[in-house]
Amino acid sequence: MRYLPHTDEDITNMLGAVGLKGLDDLFAAVPGDCRFEGTLDLPEAMSEWDLERHIGRLAGRMAVSPEYNLFLGAGSYDHYIPATVSSLLGRSEFVTSYTPYQPEMLQGTLQGIYEYQTLTARLLGMEVATASHYDGATALAEALLMAVRITGRKKAALSRAIHPHYRQVVRTYFAPTGYELLEIPCLETGLTDIDRIGEIRDLAAVALQSPNFFGCIENVQEAADRAHAGGALLVSGFTEALAFGLLKSPGSQGADIVAGEGQSLGIPRSFGGPALGMLASRKQHMRSLPGRLVGQTKDRDGRRGFVLTLATREQHIRREKATSNICSNNSLCALAAAMYMASLGRTGIRELAALNHDKAEYLKNALQKAGCTIRFSGPTFNEFVVGFPGGFDALHRRLLDRKIVAGLPLGAHYPELADYGLLCVTETCSREEMDRLVREVVS
Amino acid sequence: MSETLGTTGLILNEPLLWERGKKGRCGYSMPAADVPQNLLPTELTGDGPDFPDLSEIEVVRHYTRLSTWNFGVDTGLYPLGSCTMKYNPKINEKLAGLRGFAAAHPLLPSVLSQGALRLMFDLERFLAEITGLDAVTLQPAAGAQGELTGMLIVHAYHQAQGKQRTKILIPDTAHGTNPASAALCGYAPVPVPSGPDGILLPEVVAGLMDSETAGIMITNPNTLGLFEENIREIARIVHDRGGLVYGDGANMNAVLGIVKPGEIGVDILHLNLHKTFSTPHGGGGPGAGPVAVRKDLARFLPIPRVVERNGAYELREDFPESVGRVLAFHGHFGILLRAYAYILSMGPDGFKQVSRLAVLNANYVREGLKDVLHTAYDRPCMHECVFSDQNQHEAGITTLEMAKRLIDYGYHPPTIYFPLVVHGAIMIEPTETETKEDLDGFIEAFRSVVREAGENPEVIREAPSRCKVKRLDETAAARNPCLTG
Ligand SMILES: Cc1ncc(COP(=O)(O)O)c(C=O)c1O
Repeated sequence: MRYLPHTDEDITNMLGAVGLKGLDDLFAAVPGDCRFEGTLDLPEAMSEWDLERHIGRLAGRMAVSPEYNLFLGAGSYDHYIPATVSSLLGRSEFVTSYTPYQPEMLQGTLQGIYEYQTLTARLLGMEVATASHYDGATALAEALLMAVRITGRKKAALSRAIHPHYRQVVRTYFAPTGYELLEIPCLETGLTDIDRIGEIRDLAAVALQSPNFFGCIENVQEAADRAHAGGALLVSGFTEALAFGLLKSPGSQGADIVAGEGQSLGIPRSFGGPALGMLASRKQHMRSLPGRLVGQTKDRDGRRGFVLTLATREQHIRREKATSNICSNNSLCALAAAMYMASLGRTGIRELAALNHDKAEYLKNALQKAGCTIRFSGPTFNEFVVGFPGGFDALHRRLLDRKIVAGLPLGAHYPELADYGLLCVTETCSREEMDRLVREVVS
Repeated sequence: MSETLGTTGLILNEPLLWERGKKGRCGYSMPAADVPQNLLPTELTGDGPDFPDLSEIEVVRHYTRLSTWNFGVDTGLYPLGSCTMKYNPKINEKLAGLRGFAAAHPLLPSVLSQGALRLMFDLERFLAEITGLDAVTLQPAAGAQGELTGMLIVHAYHQAQGKQRTKILIPDTAHGTNPASAALCGYAPVPVPSGPDGILLPEVVAGLMDSETAGIMITNPNTLGLFEENIREIARIVHDRGGLVYGDGANMNAVLGIVKPGEIGVDILHLNLHKTFSTPHGGGGPGAGPVAVRKDLARFLPIPRVVERNGAYELREDFPESVGRVLAFHGHFGILLRAYAYILSMGPDGFKQVSRLAVLNANYVREGLKDVLHTAYDRPCMHECVFSDQNQHEAGITTLEMAKRLIDYGYHPPTIYFPLVVHGAIMIEPTETETKEDLDGFIEAFRSVVREAGENPEVIREAPSRCKVKRLDETAAARNPCLTG
């Protein structure tokens, strides 16, 4: 086996060195009744060539562009990934290293993540950001647990316009804690009914998402003001990080903690993971943050360097009193996001975000002209809720045969939106593809 | 120091991203605008984030230089105990990049994602076979999230039994994530001291296991690199008193095809695919932490679950007793795919050989160092061996200093100061993919460091001297945190 370098001679010599006769003697400490004596029921080993053919076939059974036209977002977005990002990220010095416990040996990762934290804080309008979490949903759950720790209150309210899967993850994390979770309903506009915030006492946090699951842009400032009036923190979520190239950042609108998904920033969709949980807060809450943080310091000669820091919040030091159980995070995805943000720059991210918005508006307007219902009339970013003339679900099914995935049917998560769907457009969608969808809808 | 172990090469400086660039540059190829402009109301828009503007070559140079300050498995021996830093096959990276998978949307209808679903279904079966358990979820994002999922299942199980419990037994050798994960489920960890031989004693467990205790979390082999020989008896005690046995499978690399945890009393087990199953660690992640369970606990596994019907695969959510979702989508598919490729490359016999050679390598290193380093437990080890700095106390040299000096010799240091039960622990896990020559080099280097500790302690205190930076001041970093620039 090519991954196992030992020759028979090596094995003989090494066994001799440790004073054993056979390889099985190495397991003398395993009692007989703990041993599995059979052979694992697994497929026989494949050559590299066979493996490539087999997995290539499986990959061939997936619907991806350009063969398919996908108007599917809902937390996972099709953005072009520059060749530079894939190529630089593939450098094995980044890929095959462990968590930087020995900082002198991993300054590349550490400076890279410090830069990621900085760009993330700037993108979200916050003062500090963590080194990464698993995904947007777990980042949101951790942000809410953090709010419980900060305020000492045991109740949180979630907007119904937060991604349904994110709300499910938050429920999973909260279920065994005894903390209470409430839901804030939506208005006919597709926006969170923030008037309800004032009606709930003793909240640790109010969480909403902007742009929300329906693509609608929430009034984060107003929500923050209401939350703060009751002594609660405002946790602002997101699934489409690119939006902040154009929109006001959540931090500039009063959010205390921002938690969301960074997949849009140079990370392949990869059937949903690995993605990137982004979590940022105001500096005053720094010591309550979950997960790893990279900080700047100096070496013995006074030169700038970077280390993992504030580890006394973490499980390897604090064990059950840690701010989170997280250990491995999604570091390489964070590095990809930093490379992507650096490639765009301020000028580029603004232009790209505007282009995304323009394209989505183009399709929205064209569908409306063609007789579709645009469910929510307010401003949206990249995504919007639509009803098709003959019903959404039937047409959605029919279009699959034409190799068009016309968004996500919403009935399963929002019974009140049965027969509506969520459509997404990004810069990778051409006008021609959008025109084709419109033609199919009216035909 | 041997001349062959490193040179004084050229290490290039590189500023921070925002210390480079010029406004107006862009390293991104902007698609042409083929639609009319459509402005958002100005009260919604901001000024855009304060990012530096860099050209493509600047981005490329920046990260290329950064990468040269890093050390990976591809660079050299990385014997971090408990981390299983084995070689990460290149073919798996290539396969993860196949467009059909890399570009696949997680919410594609099942009929349009049969390739990924089939892969997940098969991987679940393979992991069930390897662990000796019945059902698997691939959703957890890392080992710690696997533990959390496991604890949620323990919690759901007791809830379904009609009585919740309040405590959980955790050996003193356990990784920090174990108590942290249990605490997230409201369980108070009760430390279980290991016996004089470094393993758990049934009578100690029996003395602690009561009707308020939800179960036990056991790492086997444990973090001292020792097989928990009394596991069956311990599992019997825990089961008899209504508890469940959780297995932390981070150390499965020692016993693949040799021990099936499900057959020796473990009810729930997580695996770290980024350790045992060769997926790269990416400087801290992403990993994957699938969880395998006994048949009667399958009803609690996270949703969605992959099911097969007449050769067609789909994701289903109709499992009313499920603990729910732990991740937005279906797990770290890109990592799962690499582990799947690894399993198909190894085959049934390959795995047994992996564990034999991992254990052989660890014992070989142990043998090579045990006359100069103090062994915490003087007995053969499994996949890793644990020493301490006790022999160096007299010279005033610590584990940390020896670790830093190893860097000068061109090796990544072992895990240090863990497990906590060994004062000044040095935990070495070479893994099976290292050659005898490299192990000899490492042993020779460590012996040389030990010699220096006695003869020339100054050079050790100065280490590392050949990296991009000298010893970094971690205390100052924590005292005055500077987390953004
Ligand atoms: C014994 C043990 N358990 C659990 C973990 C946590 O795994 P992860 O980092 O994947 O969350 C580790 C990782 O270092 C470990 O060594």
